[in-house]
Amino acid sequence: MPERATPVLALILTLLLAPLVPGVAARTRAVLTGRRGSPIWQLYADLWKLFRRGIVYARVTTIPFRLVPVVALAAIVAASLLVPLDGRTSVFAFPGDVVAFVYTLALARFVLVLGALDTGSSFEGMGASREVTFAALVEFALFLCFAALSVVTHQLSLSGMAGVTLADRWMTAAPALSLVAAGLFILLLAECSRSPVDDPTTHLELTMIHEVMILDHSGPDLGVILYASAVRLSVLAALLGRIAWPVAKLAPALRLAALVAALVLVGVLVGIVEASMARLKLAKVPLYIAGGAALSAFGLVLLLR
Amino acid sequence: MRPLIEPILLAVALTNFAVLGTSRMTACVRMLAMQGALLGVLSIAVERPLSVHSIALGAGTVAVKALGLPWFLRWAMREAAVRREVEPVIGYMASLLLGALVVGVSFAVASRLPGMVPGQGGSAPGGLLVPIALATLLSGLLVLITRSKAITQVVGYLMLENGIYLFGLTLVGRISFLVEIGVLLDVFVAVFIMGIVVFHINREFDSISAENLVELREA
Repeated sequence: MPERATPVLALILTLLLAPLVPGVAARTRAVLTGRRGSPIWQLYADLWKLFRRGIVYARVTTIPFRLVPVVALAAIVAASLLVPLDGRTSVFAFPGDVVAFVYTLALARFVLVLGALDTGSSFEGMGASREVTFAALVEFALFLCFAALSVVTHQLSLSGMAGVTLADRWMTAAPALSLVAAGLFILLLAECSRSPVDDPTTHLELTMIHEVMILDHSGPDLGVILYASAVRLSVLAALLGRIAWPVAKLAPALRLAALVAALVLVGVLVGIVEASMARLKLAKVPLYIAGGAALSAFGLVLLLR
Repeated sequence: MRPLIEPILLAVALTNFAVLGTSRMTACVRMLAMQGALLGVLSIAVERPLSVHSIALGAGTVAVKALGLPWFLRWAMREAAVRREVEPVIGYMASLLLGALVVGVSFAVASRLPGMVPGQGGSAPGGLLVPIALATLLSGLLVLITRSKAITQVVGYLMLENGIYLFGLTLVGRISFLVEIGVLLDVFVAVFIMGIVVFHINREFDSISAENLVELREA
């Protein structure tokens, strides 16, 4: 396998396997709580069902609402171009692409919020307000994480941070790096609206955060949004996997295997968290995110020493 | 035992964060007990040739800090029937962030302390011992001054003392065994008295908010 092709292959693999990650999480949760649960490819079936349906637009909605699925998916796929999914290099890399990564993800969130506000539904407005509040906190904490990684590798691009140098630095700075990885996992749960911040399976609009914002989308539009959130989860899972376990020095085929392993493992971890703890009260969520920030800040301090 | 030191110190710092961020007193006390146990293991780990002295010190620390004092605090909590710290002076979010700040400050200060040459005494493991000791001390102080319930304040006092204990570990081998044991005993007695005070405050005011004590009047 040529070295140049692996980033592209890894990207294709991630895009294909993305719907599997929420499925693995749901299955783990079901098994741990003593149920059989839906098959892990449930989301593929859901997407297939949704894509064959027609779209219903509410009469009050305007153009931003119709743009949501397209822009959200495009932004998230664009963000995934910057992540070294294959464990060594990303499809695109330039100094400072961390900032681009965080804000293209934020762009996806921004259009979702715009669409939610466009419907004029009070529930969706409430969900949007919560989503933005927590996202603002997560952004700060996420940058603390990346600052720590940038300090340890002296790199400003994601593929530098999670690439070859990191593997060497794990030998010398393991405690600090494991703090950063733990912080990143906490933030991943918040960023992807999983338990304990949000419950993806809730059926009560009042308690929803992410789910309530997409109540008015239907058919293929809803399918695209669901797929986009699955990709967001998978890309962050792959990034976390590469930071917690840098594989840059392995053969290309092994690195692709490590990518699949990271996706499945993070899915299982998310499922374990969902099965073992209830979601937090909304007022407690900032404290949870601050915990993630404190872990990364502590890691950063250790690395700056 | 040497490679154990760094993870243990990090775990101590994480228990600080946990105490700063939680509102449940049982969780606070559990974290304190864990911190005590970690200190016990640590005092055995820092001494390079394993000696009877260090093992006795570690065992004593675990007995007092991880078993005795938490048991006593749980007793006081049961007597006073309180479970939660309701209104801290500073919110949990703010105290957690202050805790992170305190860690940063401790690392900055520790690198400038005179006489703390890396490789000397117990400060050898990357100089992590002194900054974590300072961070524990300051976090304890933070808990002590920002919580309103007497029991959480005792937890803060004990964290502060744990910080001092950590600091003392840099001199292990030079401080005599008797002094350490004396300190442990002092703390035990102090907490014992505090427990009794808590009990009386509770009986007098039906709550253990230390804010009830600001007014001075004759009985």
